[in-house]
Amino acid sequence: MTDDPRNGGLDVSPDLAGWRERTSRAPAPPSAAPVPVTIDGTRRAGRLSRREAMQWVLGTVAASALPPTASELMAQEVGRTPIPQERAARVPPRDAQSALAGYGTDPALAKVYKPGELWPLTFTDAQRRAATALADTIIPKDDLGPAASEVGVVEMIDEWASAPYPRQRGDRPNLILAVDWVDAEAGKRFGGKAFADLTQQQRHAICDDVCYAPKAKPEFKKAAAAFSLFRSLCAGAYYATPAGWQAIGYVGNVALPSFEGPPTEVLQKLGVTQTVA
Amino acid sequence: MSIISADQAKPEYDVVIVGSGAAGGQSAFTLTLAGLKVCMLEAGRSYDPVAETPMFQTPADAPLMAVATPDKPFGFHDATIGGGWEVPGEPYTNTTKAENSQWRWWRPRMVGGRTNHWGRISLRNGPYDFKPRSRDGLGFDWPIGYEDVEPYYTKVEQLIGVYGTNDGLENTPNSPEGVLLPAPKGRAAELLSQKHGRKLGIPITSIHRAVLTKHLDYQSIPQKLFPGNKWAQGIVKEAMSERNACFWATPCGRGCNVAANYQSTTVHLPPAMATGNLDLIPMAHVREVVVKDGKATGVVFIDKVSGQEKRVAGKAVILAAGACESARLLLNSRGPDKAGVANSSGKVGKYIMDTVGTFLSGHIPALENLPPHNEDGAGGDHFYSPWWLYQEQKAGKLDFARGYHIETGGSRGMPGGGNPVPDNLAEGSYGSKFKQDARRYYGSNVHYACRGEMIPNEDSYLDLDPEVKDKFGIPVARFHWKWSEHELNMARHARKTFTAIIESMGGTVNGSKDAADGNKFIQQPGFIIHEVGGALMGADAKASVTNGFGQTWDVKNLFLTDGATFPSNADKNPTLTIMALAWRACDYLVGEAKKGNL
Repeated sequence: MTDDPRNGGLDVSPDLAGWRERTSRAPAPPSAAPVPVTIDGTRRAGRLSRREAMQWVLGTVAASALPPTASELMAQEVGRTPIPQERAARVPPRDAQSALAGYGTDPALAKVYKPGELWPLTFTDAQRRAATALADTIIPKDDLGPAASEVGVVEMIDEWASAPYPRQRGDRPNLILAVDWVDAEAGKRFGGKAFADLTQQQRHAICDDVCYAPKAKPEFKKAAAAFSLFRSLCAGAYYATPAGWQAIGYVGNVALPSFEGPPTEVLQKLGVTQTVA
Repeated sequence: MSIISADQAKPEYDVVIVGSGAAGGQSAFTLTLAGLKVCMLEAGRSYDPVAETPMFQTPADAPLMAVATPDKPFGFHDATIGGGWEVPGEPYTNTTKAENSQWRWWRPRMVGGRTNHWGRISLRNGPYDFKPRSRDGLGFDWPIGYEDVEPYYTKVEQLIGVYGTNDGLENTPNSPEGVLLPAPKGRAAELLSQKHGRKLGIPITSIHRAVLTKHLDYQSIPQKLFPGNKWAQGIVKEAMSERNACFWATPCGRGCNVAANYQSTTVHLPPAMATGNLDLIPMAHVREVVVKDGKATGVVFIDKVSGQEKRVAGKAVILAAGACESARLLLNSRGPDKAGVANSSGKVGKYIMDTVGTFLSGHIPALENLPPHNEDGAGGDHFYSPWWLYQEQKAGKLDFARGYHIETGGSRGMPGGGNPVPDNLAEGSYGSKFKQDARRYYGSNVHYACRGEMIPNEDSYLDLDPEVKDKFGIPVARFHWKWSEHELNMARHARKTFTAIIESMGGTVNGSKDAADGNKFIQQPGFIIHEVGGALMGADAKASVTNGFGQTWDVKNLFLTDGATFPSNADKNPTLTIMALAWRACDYLVGEAKKGNL
């Protein structure tokens, strides 16, 4: 790792304002209409009981079409100020980074990032088109959820292929190979067509030759390795999204009033009993 | 005033503390609540866990699906916002060529240090762990025993909040009744592991972690911690009441903006600051302790804001910079000794230890296709296996002398960034079949980690590199390393044990299960981030650096409260013991100061 150009050696400003003296700050009401609250039977202005806080959080999430970030919610829940905008917007300036710089060791963590924001995406239009078709062939829209491209998977793969870090730079040639190869193969087999213009059956004819490297014919080994990487990233990206979570059966990342462990149905299936009281 | 710039420091403090993590935080807490004026120096920037912690962010919200990069080695959302395995301009060197013997040094640069992202595993050392040499003739005994530290374990557990159960297992102490918070329920993979562990004689039970599974009892705990001191009680009560119980989501490694787990920045520093007795200077990189006429008078530091060298004066100095950095500081200070200060024994830098780490994962068909259910839990481990073969070891049946515990993992944790479908099992599926496979295999992976005791040895130490200096012109630490057969054999044993558990569950080990050569799978020293040693406490001033209170033999008003003083590194993760010893050392410091002995 090289010196972070944004820091320029010793010339780093301390974030003296970053620390808020919480103990000396009066707790703020959680919302415009503060809920009267009690803890342990004692009325405490502006402080929510756990149960009430949870109801408030969950209720707000359910009621809002575009919910505030979870951090904001939790900050409000405990009577603290939401994330200051200047903090949320603390993104390394693009022009201060060299072509090979990443996000540094101190990016804003509570911010939502979009592919292309930190470094430029580099797929050509043709590559993006092929990547979209390939991603949606690997993860199509079905009863388990939307297609990969509908939830931003193609942009996330492009972000990966365009990233400055060693692992991603190592992956780039294979990712480019995967998308270029399916297009070339489509042209070869189906009269000059692009992969994106093939029927599902035609796409499958190509993918079947490369989908499992150990059984791929020698002439397809290289493409099969590329396909495998592309599929892995597709999955890594798709299952990073809430739609992917639903598809895979992940039901966490929500505040709960208590943790009950696996339901009886699961315990029975495994032949175990809950051992913690 | 609490957070100050270097120019705002007062002419003199009662105590100067170097470092703001578990040791620095606990030291500042104890001293400021005893009424002492404290200045804390931290090499990294200030950090606000309330505003900066990514709670509920999805991997898709982060660049590269939040996977680890050289900038964020524990993933994008990990709490660490400065430093890491490499710190630009601040190298360290290794003399050992073999990769598995090269020290890796995790150096976060931020207020709160490692406590912001740590695993929160909080295990007490047992009575054996303080007297290892008496038991097996290896390493060193501590000059103190479990009974000396026990009251402080209890105090720390009450202050920070630790969940777990009292199981009465050998050398695995119970906490007094009512001290531990309720243990979280077992999850599918953990309960299955527990069942099969039992068949193999491995007791898998609730781990202890510093997470609030319920609100701390802020009405009564402060009175127990500070009997008769209403002022301290009031401050601690206020700080404690502001912490929230866990809401069973968001991994603890991100930190916690509702303070439901322990980190120095949410538990120790807020009450310390509320006393009005703490000034914290971030971006202050300490280069040496100033010693005059046998007494520490303060420290010299580089103010990274101005780039200038500055001093802060104190009637006593506490090093809490992390074991290796504290040892390096002593070596870089100028004193009467040939090398550094507090080093008349010549033992500063010696006996660096980390935890013996190795891991294995497996695929368990029984865990496939489970009905979806929420297993986020307490944001980290729920179960572990304390070391269970003390008697076999005593009977000479094992080829290594010390124990390891098993951290048991595998759950339906937050997906993203990785492929949940093993290529070899799905045989290349894609399309809707792939999505069904993902649903099938998700949650069917288990993993086990060995966390074992390394025995200190003469070949594992640090000194100053005679040639390499950091960007401030300070000589850097140079590491020397050698694993002994005890560590390598332990790693082999652990690997075989993990294989046995996985196969007992009807599963298959991922990758190789070969356990012939420990060198092939023992993790690099430093990698487990349990660095201790380098300034060992002892009963003999000629053979150790500090007494049992972390007070250096040579400089009476110079203390170490981090892991540097550990004469052994039990399998129990060191943080809880660091805090207990820091509290104890600071109580002693206050007493000695009152008597005029410093």
